Amino acid sequence: MKRNHFKAWLYLLPALLFLIFFMVYPLIDVLVYSVEEGYNFASQTYFGVGLYNFSYVLHDPYFLQALQNTFILVVITVPLSTLLALLISAGLSSIKPLRELFQTIYFLPYVTNTLAVGLVFMILFQKTEYTDGLINLIIEFFGGNSVDFINGPYWAKMFVLCVYTIWVVMPFKILVLTSALASVNEDYYKAARVDGTPKLRIFTKITLPMISPMIFYLVITGFIGAFKAYSDAVALFGTDLNAAGMNTIVGYVYDMLYGESGGYPSYASAAAILLFAIVLTVTCINLLVSRKKLSW
Amino acid sequence: MEHSINYETLQKKANFRTRIQKIVIYFFLTVWAIVVLFPFYWMVLTSLKSYSAYNSEYVPALFTLSPTLQNYADAFTSVPLVGYLLNTVIFTAATTFLMVLVSVLAAYAFARLEFRGKNLVFTLFLSLMMIPSELVVITNFVTITNLGLRSTFTGLVLPSVTSVFYIYLLKENYEQVPDELYRAAKVDGTSDLKYLWKVMIPICRPTIVTITILKVIECWNSYVWPRLITDDPAYYLVSNGIQEIRENGFGRENIPAMMAAVVVISLPLILLFLGFRKKIMSGVSRGGLKG
Repeated sequence: MKRNHFKAWLYLLPALLFLIFFMVYPLIDVLVYSVEEGYNFASQTYFGVGLYNFSYVLHDPYFLQALQNTFILVVITVPLSTLLALLISAGLSSIKPLRELFQTIYFLPYVTNTLAVGLVFMILFQKTEYTDGLINLIIEFFGGNSVDFINGPYWAKMFVLCVYTIWVVMPFKILVLTSALASVNEDYYKAARVDGTPKLRIFTKITLPMISPMIFYLVITGFIGAFKAYSDAVALFGTDLNAAGMNTIVGYVYDMLYGESGGYPSYASAAAILLFAIVLTVTCINLLVSRKKLSW
Repeated sequence: MEHSINYETLQKKANFRTRIQKIVIYFFLTVWAIVVLFPFYWMVLTSLKSYSAYNSEYVPALFTLSPTLQNYADAFTSVPLVGYLLNTVIFTAATTFLMVLVSVLAAYAFARLEFRGKNLVFTLFLSLMMIPSELVVITNFVTITNLGLRSTFTGLVLPSVTSVFYIYLLKENYEQVPDELYRAAKVDGTSDLKYLWKVMIPICRPTIVTITILKVIECWNSYVWPRLITDDPAYYLVSNGIQEIRENGFGRENIPAMMAAVVVISLPLILLFLGFRKKIMSGVSRGGLKG
């Protein structure tokens, strides 16, 4: 029996080594970093222990900008993408021919490189000396004023970022909701049809309650994912997000760590912990709300 | 007589309504399909336009009558695209191979072997799933830097290997293999390792293939860690490569060549997806999380 124990640990050993070295230890270490004041990366020394790093981060205008950007992004994209995915999945599950084709197409953004396709969005929205860009030409065609979405005003940049983020997150949501819709028991629909219930009523009274756990799951993961937005913004606005005024919290963490503005793992840790606290709070609120809503 | 006529008109009316509904649904589904496909169309189209043609179009043409492959030649010669692709292939293969190896062994220990503290260790394992990578990246960055592993494949691969979720997925699958098989093998004096290799892995191959593909997608698109850890462009992966091309590559104006690079980078995964569509989609819906 002893031998067997030993053998089991041997099987676990590689995974444990990787996890301890690259996950558990870093997790403790990040807490340590976040309270070491005046940490110097080159000499690996620090002055004292305290909460100064958090206060620095919270007073850094770049962080506040990142916080604002991230919150706007979250508030716009999570509800919109979930709603849109719900409509599309409902449409998908009510048709037979071409459904597979549509599903395949809708999933494509999931397997594409965010950085690469972001460049396509950039040229579609960008205004250069050569061309106003396709989107602007369409806007002009309908009598609107063109605007540079990539280097222009704040709202325009935010708009592209939201559009691109929604484009990127839709495949996962559509996939999850279509399979949730497919798993609703047919008998409910048959019973409703016998009673002559209108379609809209069937949707709100049967379909929505049946798939509401999945919707909440999507909302929660959507919030978590949107709070961690970063590479979408890099894809559109380049690596210097602070200059573009489009940084996100995660971007702030990485900028503090690396590059021209980098070398401050303590500030990065403090910002990362703040992000984690925000995500945790929002997730808990979500769970509380969902428990209340789902308890009928 | 009158009843049947009434019934028929009712039926016709109802049919008409459902047909209208169908048309509206198909219309909106097509609109979204166009929204999804258009960027892909645009990148292929732009990559086929010649540099001069692209820059002389104030209103970009929606199709081209004189496609050229010159941009692809440029993409392969004037920027180190082949190097980026090769790096990504090496990184993806090494990371995925190690991940599968580690997960196959660990999941086996959790699913089949008995040892003290198994439940505790497994619970701790699961709780690690909730840890966002942003929290651990900072220390990993410092660790790898201090070990002098920046701009090496070792530094790129090692922290990217572990995926608690895949271990969990595999463990669930292992547990569906009936115990009788294990006991029979034990009676025959088969060792655990041989049992794992000869019985478990063949039975659970579909799941192993799924996690392999998901990991390949993840590796191919990974951006943050490679960016932090590679300063030397010789070690850039495609994501960093495309960012480098955008900022210092062909010059900002040579959009067609840039798009050719984007097509080359995107194509492998799209082909992989079309080949393993069902597997990827069912794998992702079982708990793939993007972000």
